[in-house]
Amino acid sequence: MDYFAQQLINGIVLGSIYGLIAIGYTMVYGIVGMINFAHGDVFMIGGFIALISFLILVSLGLTFVPVILLIVLLVSMAITALYGWTVERIAYRPLRHSFRLAPMLSAIGMSFVLMNYSQVAQGARVKPVPPIITGGYTLYEADGFVVRLSNIQIIVVITTVVLLAIFTWLVAKTRLGRDMRACEQDQTMAALLGVDVDRTISMTFVIGAALASVAGMMYLLYYGLVDFFMGFVAGIKAFTAAVLGGIGSLPGAMLGGLLIGLIETLWSAYFSVEYKDVAAFSILIIVLIFLPTGLLGRPEVEKV
Amino acid sequence: MSGDPILEVDNLAMRFGGIVAVNGLSFAARHGEITALIGPNGAGKTTVFNCITGFYKPTGGTIRLSHRDGKSYQLQRLNDFRISKIAKVARTFQNIRLFPGMTALENLMVAQHNALMRASGLTFLGLIGAPSWRSAEASAIELARIWLKRIGLLERADDAAGNLPYGDQRRLEIARAMCTTPALLCLDEPAAGLNARESAGLSELLMSIRAEGNTSILLIEHDMSVVMEISDHVVVLDYGVKIADGTPQHVRDDARVIAAYLGVEDDEVAAVEQELGL
Repeated sequence: MDYFAQQLINGIVLGSIYGLIAIGYTMVYGIVGMINFAHGDVFMIGGFIALISFLILVSLGLTFVPVILLIVLLVSMAITALYGWTVERIAYRPLRHSFRLAPMLSAIGMSFVLMNYSQVAQGARVKPVPPIITGGYTLYEADGFVVRLSNIQIIVVITTVVLLAIFTWLVAKTRLGRDMRACEQDQTMAALLGVDVDRTISMTFVIGAALASVAGMMYLLYYGLVDFFMGFVAGIKAFTAAVLGGIGSLPGAMLGGLLIGLIETLWSAYFSVEYKDVAAFSILIIVLIFLPTGLLGRPEVEKV
Repeated sequence: MSGDPILEVDNLAMRFGGIVAVNGLSFAARHGEITALIGPNGAGKTTVFNCITGFYKPTGGTIRLSHRDGKSYQLQRLNDFRISKIAKVARTFQNIRLFPGMTALENLMVAQHNALMRASGLTFLGLIGAPSWRSAEASAIELARIWLKRIGLLERADDAAGNLPYGDQRRLEIARAMCTTPALLCLDEPAAGLNARESAGLSELLMSIRAEGNTSILLIEHDMSVVMEISDHVVVLDYGVKIADGTPQHVRDDARVIAAYLGVEDDEVAAVEQELGL
């Protein structure tokens, strides 16, 4: 039971990170109907920018951790958002009215561009950072087994919850959110009502990238390392999470992220670490057989 | 100022490959009036609408829109959202195109995008909840509620638009177009699928918009009871060319119009005229 509780905590933390990335996939799919395969690499870029800005701040002599973290968070969100915007602008917008596969191929290409660019710029080696946030709480201790909740785990989960709350409010209550939902349902009509569809789509990419950069920073803090290849696997997992939850559905993306995180962690804990990806993807396949639109997805309504 | 043209279509042509949908069409719609565009199926009416609202780039000709303050715009040079934003032209479609997953109120709020956009200072003031943004948001909600009340949907403000009855959706679409505060409102068959009572309600709504005088209406309609009752001016198309232009009474008595609707060949028009005693 203690072991299970500990794995549950680990799974939720991992799931939060997946969920933050998955939101980017599901939002972009909702509004332009394409899978942004470069999104995982945007997450990786976010991790690198967090690392670089962290090192710069430390070398400037800053030592107070909360301030460092806050600055790193803001800088990494801003710069990564710029990456997200640029990717959309140069790789997807020119192909918007092209045939369906064109933006997808462009996205795969963009994914390689970002990955190789990071490899060239930052080197192929894994970049470790010393643990920045240490300490934690012992929740329970018995028979020499300890259930621990570390501070970094608390921070990851709280940050995720806060960001989700802000994001949900943004989509449900603000003008930008209304515009985004309108573009999602009928782009031509939205344009006829005066909504700048291109700009709204750009904002979607910007927000998605900002959330991914937070995930990248959390990953850096939690695992203490980044490398140029980390976006690939995390991206595929988050994409799976978005599909599992029902692509196009925001709560679905978060739920899917949590489930993939939990499945992966629990499978590794009780069965085998080698087959954790097999477990996650098998569950995806089973869910899609019985619920083709995912857990919270709406069935596609045919437009007349 | 009523009497000056708001819309001047001059020598408009639209070809799709070898098919000529509209050819050499010229007509004008005046400020403060309801202008109806009628004609048999396939006459090119919706094509004209699509040219006016920027869906098609006309093959030839110009479409000039003049505001009351004297500013004028060449609509064939503007594209998508600018036609609504700058030239203030709004339109509805033959088939309903509300945002079905959003509430009735939200549908009207999206239409006030431009007013809110200015107030929100490119989003950021809105995010931090600046007072100017709040008051703009409040007045947008107010305008939306006024329109919901006018079309009798105030109680259903928070229902998804897609769940409303058909007739209500039609009226909501017009209200949404009006929330963009258009100078010209283009309605593509607003009475399609409405029963007699609903059509009468629609005529009333359009007449009340006309009475306010800020919005001129261009209308495509097959329901002649609506056209004859509310239009100030009727333009008749057939095979992409204008065959008549004038008051409802004038057009109703035009032999070529009757011939077009009844499907007579050009050389038989004289025979029809004779039969009608014209």
